[in-house]
Amino acid sequence: MLHIKCPHCGLRSQNEFSYGGDATVKRPELNKEVSDKDWDNFVYLRKSLIGKHLELWQHISGCRQWIKVERDTLTHEIFKTLKANEEV
Amino acid sequence: MSEKFRLDKGGLINRNKKISFKFNGKKYFGYEGDTLASALIANGVHLVGRSFKYHRPRGFFGAGVDEPYAIVQMNRNNEVDPNVRATEQELFEGLEAKSVNCWPNVNFDIGAINNFLGKFFPAGFYYKTFMWPKSFWYKVYEPIIRKAAGFGAASIKHDKEKYEHKYEYCDLLITGSGPSGLASAYAAAQNGAKVILAEDKSRFGGSLLTSEVTIGNQSGQEWAEKIISELKSMPNVVVKNRSQVFGYYDHNMLVMSERISDHLPKTEKYIPKQRLWYIRAKEVIISSGSIERPLVFGNNDTPGVMLSSAAKEYLKIYGVLVGKKPLVFTNNDSGYETAIEFKKNGIDPIVLDTRKNPNSEIIKEAEDLNINIKNSYVVVAAKGYKKVKSADIAKISDDKKNINNIENIKCDCICVSGFWTPTIHLASQSGNKTKFNEEIDAFIPSKSKQKETTLGSANGTFTLEETLKTSFKKGNELSKQITNKENKVSIPSVVEKKYSNHDKFWCVPLPEGKNYKRFLDFQNDVAVSDIQLALREGYRSIEHVKRYTTLGMATDQGRTSNLNGLQLVSDIENKVVPQVGHTTFRPPYSPVSIGAIVGREIGKHSKPTRKSPMHYWHEKNNAVFVDAGVWLRPRYYKQGNENLFEASKREARNVRQNVGVCDVTTLGKIDIKGPDAAELLNRVYTNAWLKLPVGKARYGVMLREDGIVMDDGTTTRISENHYHMTTTTAQAANVLSHLEYYLQLVWPELNVNVVSSTEQWAGAAIAGPKSRDVLQKLFPDLDVSNEGLPFMGYMEGNLFGVNAKIFRISFSGELAYEVNVESDNGNFMWEKIMDVGKDFNIQPYGTEALSTLRIEMGHVAGSELDGRTIPYDNSLEGLVSKKKDFIGKRSLSKLAYVAPDRQKIVGVVPLDKKTSIPEGSYIVKDAKAKLPNPKLGHVSASCWSVEYDNPFSLAIIKDGKNMIGQKLFALSPLKNKTIPVEIVSSHYVDPKGERVRS
Repeated sequence: MLHIKCPHCGLRSQNEFSYGGDATVKRPELNKEVSDKDWDNFVYLRKSLIGKHLELWQHISGCRQWIKVERDTLTHEIFKTLKANEEV
Repeated sequence: MSEKFRLDKGGLINRNKKISFKFNGKKYFGYEGDTLASALIANGVHLVGRSFKYHRPRGFFGAGVDEPYAIVQMNRNNEVDPNVRATEQELFEGLEAKSVNCWPNVNFDIGAINNFLGKFFPAGFYYKTFMWPKSFWYKVYEPIIRKAAGFGAASIKHDKEKYEHKYEYCDLLITGSGPSGLASAYAAAQNGAKVILAEDKSRFGGSLLTSEVTIGNQSGQEWAEKIISELKSMPNVVVKNRSQVFGYYDHNMLVMSERISDHLPKTEKYIPKQRLWYIRAKEVIISSGSIERPLVFGNNDTPGVMLSSAAKEYLKIYGVLVGKKPLVFTNNDSGYETAIEFKKNGIDPIVLDTRKNPNSEIIKEAEDLNINIKNSYVVVAAKGYKKVKSADIAKISDDKKNINNIENIKCDCICVSGFWTPTIHLASQSGNKTKFNEEIDAFIPSKSKQKETTLGSANGTFTLEETLKTSFKKGNELSKQITNKENKVSIPSVVEKKYSNHDKFWCVPLPEGKNYKRFLDFQNDVAVSDIQLALREGYRSIEHVKRYTTLGMATDQGRTSNLNGLQLVSDIENKVVPQVGHTTFRPPYSPVSIGAIVGREIGKHSKPTRKSPMHYWHEKNNAVFVDAGVWLRPRYYKQGNENLFEASKREARNVRQNVGVCDVTTLGKIDIKGPDAAELLNRVYTNAWLKLPVGKARYGVMLREDGIVMDDGTTTRISENHYHMTTTTAQAANVLSHLEYYLQLVWPELNVNVVSSTEQWAGAAIAGPKSRDVLQKLFPDLDVSNEGLPFMGYMEGNLFGVNAKIFRISFSGELAYEVNVESDNGNFMWEKIMDVGKDFNIQPYGTEALSTLRIEMGHVAGSELDGRTIPYDNSLEGLVSKKKDFIGKRSLSKLAYVAPDRQKIVGVVPLDKKTSIPEGSYIVKDAKAKLPNPKLGHVSASCWSVEYDNPFSLAIIKDGKNMIGQKLFALSPLKNKTIPVEIVSSHYVDPKGERVRS
C-alpha cells in the first residue's frame, strides 16, 4: 500500500485516497471550438507510460482536496506531491 | 503408547506437564512445549500423510516453517482447521489432528496406486491427457481430479473465531529473533528507536537455541534469553513471538500474522484467534535466517529421511530422537553437529560425507568421539516403504560421476545436509534484485529497492562472530539516522567452531538399471525425472519449467526445493545458476488463514449499514427492508399475509388514488454556496441555470465529459448564493467528487463551496391527489395552494415547532411534495405526517411502489442511467441547452450519438396484458430468427401498472423513436420466456404531466 504525503494533511495511507488519472491533461476551455481529434484526445487518450507520471489523487477520507502526485509507475516511488494549484 | 523416542532429560519442554492428544483417532502423550511433530516422533510415529500426486507415504522432513510434508487437519474446540503444519502446531491438552490426502486411511491409501502408475503421471500430465474429448472435462475429468487433489478439507460451517487487524508504525521492524535479529534490535533499542521484533516460532533465539557457541561468558541460549528479557522491559520495543511477517509491500508496508490462540485448547473470551498487523516501518531488518538444503538420492521422500538440522532441533529443543540407528548424509560440516549430538546422547551415528578429505575443528571433534565417518560416500537410495529400514550406500568417484561398491546398511533414519539456503523471500518481495553467491551456491539479497537490510545467514553470513558484528553495527547505524541519538553497545566476544568448505555435489546419480524416484519438490511430488522431461520437451525459462512441473509451487514456496531445481536445470543446460535465475517470490511467505485476512469485516461488518432517522418507525410498522447502496430502505410495508407484489400494488394504488408517504432521506444532498454557484450549476448541468429565481427548484441532468449521463436530480435556489442539490442515492459520493474536481482543478476561479449535507436532512415525499390536504394540515399558516406553492416551488415552514424545507417536486408523477427537516427531527416529522394524513387514508410506501410509480410515468432512474446512455436515449434531449457550453457537451455531437436510428427509451406492454416481462429481456423483431438473434435493445425496468392493471416495462431500443406501435418480442433466455409485446410511449400514465401541476 502506498504512503502518500498529502500537501495539506501529511503522510497518509493509500486507502484514504482515490486515484484520479493523468494530471497533465488540460480540459479545453468552455465555449471554444475544439476539433474532433483534440476532443477525443482529451476524453479518451491517455499515456500508459513506464516511469515518472504526474497524476491526480483525491484525499477523499481526509481533507477532500485533489492533489498532484509525481510517481514512478514501475517502482511506485513518489518523488513529489503538490497542491492542486501548484506546478511541478 | 509410551514415548520410546524421548530422552530422559534435556530439551526446553516442560516435563512437569504431560499433555494428551489424538492423532488419527489414537491417543498419545507429549509435554508442554512440544509441537505436534515432536510429540508424534517421540511416540515413534513417522507416517503422517500421503504425497500429493503419487500418494506415497510421507513423514517429517523439517522442524518448522520449512516442513513440506506434515500437513494435518486440526480439530480445535469443535472448529476445523485444514492444512496445519504439524511442525508449527504447538501441543495443547485435547488436541485432535488427522492425516490429509489419503483415503480410507494413512496406512492403507487407495490413491497410492498412482505410485505404481507413475510412468503415466509425468510432468504436465494433466495438460497432456485431459485435453480431449472436450466434453469430458466438466463431467468426468474435473470432478475426479478435484476429488483426488488437495490436502485439508475446509469447514463449510461459519467460523466462530474472531480475527482482528491492527495498524502500527515503527522505526525498525526486525523479522526473526536469531543472533542477527537480537543484536540489531538491541543496538537500535539502545538508540531510542521504536522497534518491533517478530519471531514466527514460540521460542526466541533462532539458531542460538540449537548451536554450541559461547557469547561473552554465556551459552548462546542464555545470551538470547538475556537480550530478549531486556528488550521486553524497554518501552520503545515490541517483541512478538508466534508472529510471521509474510508480506513485504510498497512503501515499506509489511504484513504480519500473529497466532494468538492457536496454541491454546480454546480461544479466551474477548481475545482474537489471530491478528493481522499492517506495519509501516521506516527501516526493515530481515534476519530470517537460512534453511538447510536437502541432498537428492533415490526414494529420498521415505519417512525417516529428514534435514539434519531438524533432527538436531528435535534433540536439543524437544529431547526427542528421530531414530536410534541414524545415518547422517552430508556435503558440509553441519551434519557433524547432528552426529555429535546423537553421540552425546548415547546413539551411534554413521556419517557419510561426500567430500574426499574434509578437515575442520568439528570433524576433529567427531573423530575424537569415535564417530564412524565414511568419506567420499553417498546414500544411493533409502529402503523401506512406510519408514526407512535401511539404505543402499556407495563410494563415489572423485569426479562424482560414478558410484561403486553399493552395500546395504541398516538404519532407521537418514539425516541429510546439503548446505544452507538463505531465506530471501522478504527481500525479494520488496523488489530487491538478488544475486547468486557462488561460494555458498545460493542467492542472497543485493541492491535494496526499499528501505531494507538483510543480515546474518539470510545474507549468506554463516559465522556467528561476523553476524553479531555486522548486526550490532547495522542496528546502531539505521536507528541513529532516525533518532539522532547514539548509545553504543560493545560487541561481545564469540567462541564458535570454524567450518571448512562445503562440497558442491548435491544429487546422487542413479545406479545402473535402477529408476528410483529422486524428489526435488517434496510437497508437489516433482522428481529429477520430471525436470529432465520438461527440458527435453523444450521448456527453457525457469518460470515455464516451474509452471509445467509445479516445482516450488506448493504451499512451502519451494523452501527446500528451489535451489536444487535451479541447480538441476543449470546442470542439464550447462549454464551457471545465475543465468537460469530464480522464480519470483510472492507473498505470503507462509500460508495465512482467510479469517485473518478478512478480520472483523464479516457479516454485517463487511460494510457499513446506514439507517434513516425513521428506520425504527419502519421496523415497527412491518417494513421489509432492501439494501440500497449502503442504506437500508423499506421495500414494502407488509399487511397481513401480503407478498411483495400485493403490498407494492396496494401502496402504489393508494398514491394514485389518495396519498402516500415515502422515506427519501437516502437521496444525496449537496449544499452549494458562493457568488459563482449559479455559474457552476450552469456548467455542470445540461440545461440553463443562470435565471432560476430564488425559491424555485429545477430538474437537471449532468454528464461525464464523454457525453454519458452521470446523474440527475433537482436543485433548489434557497437564497441568492445558496443552492440545495439532490443526487441519486447511489451517485451521491461521486457527484460530490465530480464537483470538487472541477472547482479545485479546472475552474479554480469560481468562488463556490460544496459540502455534503445528506446526513443532515431527513426527507419525506408526500405524493398523491390528496397530498396538498396533508401539507396544509402540517403547515396551517402557509399558503400551499397551486398559486402559493406552484410546481417546482420552494418554501420554508414551521412544522409543529420544527423548521422545515418544502419542495414541490415529484418522482411519482402525482401532485407531490418533499419535506426536509433536520435529521434529529425526522421521526417527529414522519409521525406528524402519518397522524394528520389519517383523514386522507395516507399509507407509507416503499421502494417497490416507488419504482412502479416512476416506471409507468416513464421517469428514468439508475437502471436507465446505467453509464451507457446519453440524454437522447432517455428522452431527456429537451433538457440539453443548444446555447451554452457544459461538461460533456462537445461529445454529444459524436456521429454515433446523432445517428438517426439512435437507441431511445420506449414503453413495452405484453400483448396478452398478463405476462410480466423479466428485466434484462431482449427486444427482437423475430422470435424465431436464427441465433444469434439480432437484438434491438433490452428491458431496463418492469412493473405492474396500477393505473391500467397490466404489466408495463421500460426498454431502451434501437430507433426507439420510430418503433412506437410496432409488435415485437421480448426474449428472456434466462427465464426461458418469449413474450409478444407492443411498443408504446415511455410516458404510459399522464403523458402531458398534468397531475404534477394540478
